[in-house]
Amino acid sequence: MTWFAVLGTAVGCYGLKLAGWSLPARLVEAERVRRAAALLPLALLAGLVVVQVFGDGRALVLDARAAGLLAGGIAAARRAPFIVIVVAAAVTAAGLRALAVYIGQ
Amino acid sequence: MTRASIVRNAAAIGVAVGAYGLGFGAVSVTAGLSVLQTCALSLLAFTGASQFALVGVLGAGGSVPAGMAGALLLGSRNTLYAVRLAELLPLRGPRKHLAAQGTIDETTAMTISAPPELAGIAFWATFIAVYACWNLATLLGALGAGVVDTNALGLDAAVGAAFLALLAPQIHDRTGAQVAIGGALIAAVAIPFTPAGLPVLLAALAVVPAVVRRR
Repeated sequence: MTWFAVLGTAVGCYGLKLAGWSLPARLVEAERVRRAAALLPLALLAGLVVVQVFGDGRALVLDARAAGLLAGGIAAARRAPFIVIVVAAAVTAAGLRALAVYIGQ
Repeated sequence: MTRASIVRNAAAIGVAVGAYGLGFGAVSVTAGLSVLQTCALSLLAFTGASQFALVGVLGAGGSVPAGMAGALLLGSRNTLYAVRLAELLPLRGPRKHLAAQGTIDETTAMTISAPPELAGIAFWATFIAVYACWNLATLLGALGAGVVDTNALGLDAAVGAAFLALLAPQIHDRTGAQVAIGGALIAAVAIPFTPAGLPVLLAALAVVPAVVRRR
């Protein structure tokens, strides 16, 4: 099933790219289509942030991931490169978890 | 801008993209995909945000259709890029089909900003550099994530930050910020009430007010 998702996504993503090379420009250049395509990534990525950081099955939770996001957000606000943002989040979450284990002992 | 400076810039972009590739490889294996599946996605889908979205949704327990729908919605902007590129690079046959695979954020940005007579060099140099680095880095990230305890290293927290890092540079104005906040709120409200994967798709509805609004 995962292979189906991998190959289906690959075929679909290629089809979307090829369509732009082959379709008449006026079909995809309508103002509303352009706006929707420009804004869709913002809505989806924001949704993905929330699901990845606060989601735990069907529950909303606040744990070490949220602290990691905060650290990543501070790095992003300072226009840090991608890798710095990601590492800041990972190190923060890992540090908090290690601390929790240490305190628990 | 000269031919040499374009090739140099393309190489630099390739290296920068490698950082995303490492992240993608690690995140994908953490989400439960095999190393081979992870590499197949980078080789065949070759569009970062869509790949992150698919493995993010699958990793959170979402269904295959929900993961694919999110990935394809994110990939739809490549269609618009291709329209622009087709104007600058009149290609036919096998070259057009090859160029289609390279239609992504980085190649479009480089091709549009190059002088018209160097547009072809800008496109192909960036495509080759990014394709090579993205796939090599995916493999390294995937292999790396397989041998360590990813949660102890905070890699699960890194996934959310990766999406934030992709999102932040795209917010240029008030409308963009409103759409992003709207998407986040919709997802948060939907998590307790809908199956995994659906909150992300519902977040897409946040674009509706901005799209239907008269300017």
